[in-house]
Amino acid sequence: MLDHTRINLPHSSISVWLDRSQNTAGGTMGLTKERKAVLEGLCKQFRRTLLDTLYSVQTGHPGGSLSATEIITTLYFEVMKVDPKNPSWEDRDRFVLAKGHAAPMLYIALAEKGFFPKEELKTLRQLNSRLQGHPCALKTPGVELSTGPLGLGLSAALGMGLGARIQGKQFHTYVLLGDGEIQEGIVWEAAMAGAKYGIDNVVAILDKNGVQLDGPVDQIMPLGDVRAKWNSFGWNTLEVNGHKVEEIYDAIQEAHRVKGKPTIIIAHTVKGKGVSFMEGKHAWHGKPISKAEYEAAIKELEGGR
Amino acid sequence: MAGAAGKAMRQVYGETLVELGKTYPNIVVFDADVANSTRTILFGESYPDRFFDVGIAEMNMAAMAAGISTTGMIPFVNTFACFMVLRCGDPIRSLVAYTKLNVKLAGTYAGLSDSYDGASHHSILDIAFMRALPNMVVLSPADAADMKAATEAAVQYKGPVYLRIHRNECPDIPENDTQPFTLGKGKVLRDGRDITLIATGYMVHRAMEAALKLQQQGISARVVNIHTIKPLDTNLLRDCAKETGGIVVAEEHSIHGGLGGAVAEAIGRLYPVPIEFVGVRDTFAESGDYQALLEKYGLTSQHIVKAAEEVLKKKGAKG
Repeated sequence: MLDHTRINLPHSSISVWLDRSQNTAGGTMGLTKERKAVLEGLCKQFRRTLLDTLYSVQTGHPGGSLSATEIITTLYFEVMKVDPKNPSWEDRDRFVLAKGHAAPMLYIALAEKGFFPKEELKTLRQLNSRLQGHPCALKTPGVELSTGPLGLGLSAALGMGLGARIQGKQFHTYVLLGDGEIQEGIVWEAAMAGAKYGIDNVVAILDKNGVQLDGPVDQIMPLGDVRAKWNSFGWNTLEVNGHKVEEIYDAIQEAHRVKGKPTIIIAHTVKGKGVSFMEGKHAWHGKPISKAEYEAAIKELEGGR
Repeated sequence: MAGAAGKAMRQVYGETLVELGKTYPNIVVFDADVANSTRTILFGESYPDRFFDVGIAEMNMAAMAAGISTTGMIPFVNTFACFMVLRCGDPIRSLVAYTKLNVKLAGTYAGLSDSYDGASHHSILDIAFMRALPNMVVLSPADAADMKAATEAAVQYKGPVYLRIHRNECPDIPENDTQPFTLGKGKVLRDGRDITLIATGYMVHRAMEAALKLQQQGISARVVNIHTIKPLDTNLLRDCAKETGGIVVAEEHSIHGGLGGAVAEAIGRLYPVPIEFVGVRDTFAESGDYQALLEKYGLTSQHIVKAAEEVLKKKGAKG
């Protein structure tokens, strides 16, 4: 984790740098067992709620929501200071869901936090709902930025970071990008700007699930050595298993300690994580869930897989 | 009648930003490597901590501005008008307009004013794009005084604003400058009974010239400066249609989708009268001297006079 040099390992061997228990240098306190259990419990609950919600409305994106579950959960339930009673509290931490299609998981987290009633989740994508297909900051309490058209979120997050710095505010801005998303040119414009201005109060997290709408990222438009790219753009880079809450937590703490440049945490994830028949399948980027699929998925999730 | 050549709008804009920077510590200025052209370099010299030249990356500039606006700052985004629409278009739509963010978009070198750089740098569709965006205010000042007032109005208004800025020195229009600038309200610069010449930007000056020429023919032409293209002063337009019975719209923009379209939409619904359009006629222009371009592409006072004669013919036939 603390090794900022490039670690170029095949996807299958991610556990090599994921074993946080062997690397807690730098004073990281880490998550307590209790908190880890709480977060894992929430992730399980959120996956279940996601399946319920998307099955009931028969629209929405399961794959990218499931890969981002632990990241979003760790941010909202362990890291970020937000106030659901006062969503526009000016010193709150900000979260930008750059990969806006994972909106359902964001809404589930926000509802659990108390930004709006959980019953409202069933109105997802429906007429007159506050829960748009992609996040809308005007409609949904707790949503910081309207996203959906990919690539804009990182730039906007850097703007938020600059705003905090100019005004002497202490809040952090977290931005979650998809790996397909970083094919957008603007992401690399933002990468340059983030380094130029040394925006160290912004933490980017890359949900590197390896799959985009049309197929595997490696086939559609290979990203090459992602970590080397961000390093060469002047960013602090970290890598974690994006399904281990304790690793995500530690990496964020480490990112907070690094001054003078922004950090990107490359989170190795699995698209559709938790539902075996969705895992790694681009078909599940956004597709309605049948009754049989729903039942099979719930059985798996209940089984605690 | 138009006075002596005034300051270039972009220079006035740059100086006004510096003044506003004193009273508004939350103004920040973004530029994309054209700060010397947009004149935001003046702001950068005065307030280096609030000035960000993000390089040749316009889309990122607009999206960063969107982000910083959510923290209570008032960002001004600066580039050429053609790039403002075509390079910044997505963040302008998806972030700024969609969420009513308090971002000011200053598109300079509008119309054909960057004449020698050629059609690639002309901006004749920016009004069409900006006014099609829900929540966007579109300001198109006519001269230096208008420019200063429009910049101030943009700051006082909370929400997205597009400022359409001309490159070159523009004549000051005394009839314009003696009237207050109120966002959303057109200015009647000259009264008239027979026809109304509705213009925006540099063409306001041309419309004033045309009115004089028409007067020599015994035609009484009203001249209206529409500095706020959106929200449009439809009450004033309706009154003009009713009272003069014919309209010519003049703008340094394509005849499709600009002020002409906006006026036709309003008049067609509120009080249909004959209408003609003076603008770039669905073509790309070319490199050349600014005045020569205006001549070749149909944007002179003589073109306005001709259009007025057409309207009067139709009006006569109708009557």
